[in-house]
Amino acid sequence: MKTVAADLSSTTPMKTVSADPAVAHQWREQRLMLLLASPAILVIVVLLVMPLSWLFWQSIYADGFTFEHYRRILTEDIYRTTFFLTFRISVVVTLLALALGYPVAYAAAALPRRWSMMVLAMVILPFWTSVLVRAYAWLILLQHNGLVNKLLLWLGLIDSPLPLVHNELGTIIATVHILLPFMVLPLYSAMQKIPADLTLAGASLGGSPLHVFLRVFLPLSLNGVLAGVTLVFVLCLGFYITPELMGGGRTIMVSMVVSRNVELYNQWGAGSAVSVVLLICVFAIFYIVGRVIPLERILGTK
Amino acid sequence: MKKFTLSRIVFGAIVLLILAFSILPVLVIIPVSFSDTRFMTFPPPAYSLRWYSAFINNPAWVAAGKTSLIVSVLTVLIATPLGVAASYAIDQSNHWSKRYIRMMLMLPLMVPIIIVAVGVFFVYAYTGLLASITGLVLANIMLGLPYVVTSVTAGLQNFDKAQEMVARSLGMNRFRSFMIVTLPQIKASVISAAIFAFIQALDETVVALFISGGQYQTLTKRMFTALRDEIDPTIAAISTLLTAASCVLILLMVFSRKAAKSA
Repeated sequence: MKTVAADLSSTTPMKTVSADPAVAHQWREQRLMLLLASPAILVIVVLLVMPLSWLFWQSIYADGFTFEHYRRILTEDIYRTTFFLTFRISVVVTLLALALGYPVAYAAAALPRRWSMMVLAMVILPFWTSVLVRAYAWLILLQHNGLVNKLLLWLGLIDSPLPLVHNELGTIIATVHILLPFMVLPLYSAMQKIPADLTLAGASLGGSPLHVFLRVFLPLSLNGVLAGVTLVFVLCLGFYITPELMGGGRTIMVSMVVSRNVELYNQWGAGSAVSVVLLICVFAIFYIVGRVIPLERILGTK
Repeated sequence: MKKFTLSRIVFGAIVLLILAFSILPVLVIIPVSFSDTRFMTFPPPAYSLRWYSAFINNPAWVAAGKTSLIVSVLTVLIATPLGVAASYAIDQSNHWSKRYIRMMLMLPLMVPIIIVAVGVFFVYAYTGLLASITGLVLANIMLGLPYVVTSVTAGLQNFDKAQEMVARSLGMNRFRSFMIVTLPQIKASVISAAIFAFIQALDETVVALFISGGQYQTLTKRMFTALRDEIDPTIAAISTLLTAASCVLILLMVFSRKAAKSA
């Protein structure tokens, strides 16, 4: 009891006795900093935080509290298949991106600087071209008489053109391509920090290249793997443009359900509830991963 | 040893294939944009500038291009100072709220873009900002802030704060000491931030789909609708121009960083 009282007496004067110039300075300083940050914060609050709270409210309230929308998400087939499809596509895309991204990041980290810059440039250039441009490019390449089908026919691998676009396959191919840089960049930044001496030491101790890779390099690169996997998975969960353009109206992902409920059917309640579920998934993933590696490290690449 | 080199060759070949997968789709639109036919055949049977002139001679496309350009420039002009001020505050402050403020400024990157779009659409429907330049600029400022803050905060972390302290102790006020001492030294990160914000605004599609319209449609919104409805190589021409713009801006960024390093 006594200690609490002592604590109180030692903390309260901070606010009241501003005669202490150091404290007054501290206060002025903090007010100034808040003032400087406030315009940016205001934009985010008005255009993002407020509407998000409103979406949440809208999902549970319509002339009285209701969990009708959530009940429908849990019970109705359309919602269930959509969420299932979205998660399935996200898992497939993430695994493919990891399988393609890991060797590229490895090569970029192992090659001499000039060459590694070349490799990274080839990954980053598509990163900075519009998603629309890339979706369009894939429409050209994957269409019925597109380059990919022509190549496969010429090689004699197929007899008639495959349906590569306007379906789930087309969506997956284009999404992997668009999200690949988000996998390569965190992987590269983790691998770059692994000292080459460690691999040499492993080899000099008699480890085969594969053994050294599995026991030394791979475990040290796991931080990057986690960052890349999280980023790609989360981005894929909320992907909109690519499935809309490449899916041919049959590959309905969660984001498309949100958009249709709002734009087409004017069903704000249903759209909001789906948004809230998607948002909770995304934040839960960020929260869990954030316990292992700092969130700034994950978002830094984006 | 021989087996080792063989596996290296195989690995190299795999990496080259993946890099081809990464880069070729972006390059493939360039020849298509110079194609002479309506159809998206590749390689094109003959070359012409017909789709570039189709773009320039179509008032709707030109208007959309203008809207996108105006929005992007205004976004950069506003988002950069706002982001620099916020980054400076985060860097200088040691208040407990600093972490949360930073997190909040990163929020536009964490929330799925479709949800951001629906939220902004809602706010604008109430405030009458739908289909207006102001609305588009405000939304793009919000979306650009995380990029500006990330880039400028990194720049400030590498800057020795003592220099600004010296300037202030010699009688400069805070604003002047920032402008004269700090800003020139974090210039490269501010330029990168501005370029990131510009490319972001130029490429932004999903929010624009919801909030732009009428006489103020962005280029990306028109492209999206055109891609969904009918495809003709005009889009390839526009895509090539957009990609070229991105490349030029990135080269600009690389050079400004190099110049800053050598200075």
